[in-house]
Amino acid sequence: MDTYILIAVALVVIISAIADRSKTWTGAKRGLAMLRSFLPKLLLLVVLVSIFLGVISKGTLAHLLGQGSGLQGVLIAAGIGSVTFIPVPIAFPMAEMLLEDGVGYSVLAVFITTMLMVGIVSFPVEREYFGTYATVLRNLLSFAGALLVGTIMGVLL
Amino acid sequence: MNGEDRFNTDYFFAGLFGCFILLSHLLGWSVGQKMGLNFYEFSLKMIVLVPVIFIYIGILDVWVPKELIQKHIGEESGIKGVFYVVLLAFFQGGPLYVAFPLAHLLWKKGCSIRNVFVYIGTFSALKVPMFMFETSFLGWKFALLRAAISLPVFLLVAEVMTKSVRNRELPLTKM
Repeated sequence: MDTYILIAVALVVIISAIADRSKTWTGAKRGLAMLRSFLPKLLLLVVLVSIFLGVISKGTLAHLLGQGSGLQGVLIAAGIGSVTFIPVPIAFPMAEMLLEDGVGYSVLAVFITTMLMVGIVSFPVEREYFGTYATVLRNLLSFAGALLVGTIMGVLL
Repeated sequence: MNGEDRFNTDYFFAGLFGCFILLSHLLGWSVGQKMGLNFYEFSLKMIVLVPVIFIYIGILDVWVPKELIQKHIGEESGIKGVFYVVLLAFFQGGPLYVAFPLAHLLWKKGCSIRNVFVYIGTFSALKVPMFMFETSFLGWKFALLRAAISLPVFLLVAEVMTKSVRNRELPLTKM
């Protein structure tokens, strides 16, 4: 996935440079200037994720998710999903494992959706761009939305 | 914005973390060592990817004219604009934390508030690369159904966001 991004950006840069070299240079410099203000927040995010993954292992997560069923299970999943930040290549194999262990579809759907959409860990980054109010509101709404998605999936599957 | 202030807090916290890791190595605390390793691996992954993505954002910034964004995904763009934004986010790659600077760029270029949040929603939960992962591990039925249900939910979230954010002062002019 990363390689694909690198290739795509390389192509964009090459095409842009062929079209207008000085404009490309201006753009690249502007991008790196934006990166500078992004960096401290990113650093914070990496530290938070490292702490999180250090304290809670994959096994612990699976254990917690596998415990409850019904409404309780869904709420536990939503809570864990909100604070969790797992890279996609790890998250989905883990979800499959849980499915095989008998964890319900609605629990899985809520876990995946909250994990993807609600970001406690990415909160500092998001706030940097959209302010505290919008960030809090978006995360709260996404949390409620994820519960809705999970409930509907649980009914349908 | 009180940029200076918060700048220091972030680095201060990171510095504390660094001290903790160092101490963990000296005293042999396995939890701290594991966190250090996580930090190392995660940073290694980002050290190339993140600058590259920002160069991409900068180049988009100089090439994409404001009128284009305003016209197609701006306040007046309606349902067609929503469709474009979903497509745009759908084929985008990259982790969630770059969705925010990208969305902010769109916003700066005149994308409507609704579409900015539709973009973040789609980017975070329905991207193509992620979809492929999901299909191979949880089956296409699960993946398709989750996408089909999530999309209207995101639209709803974006709608509520628009209503409540519109009259507030947001840090829009920052970049």
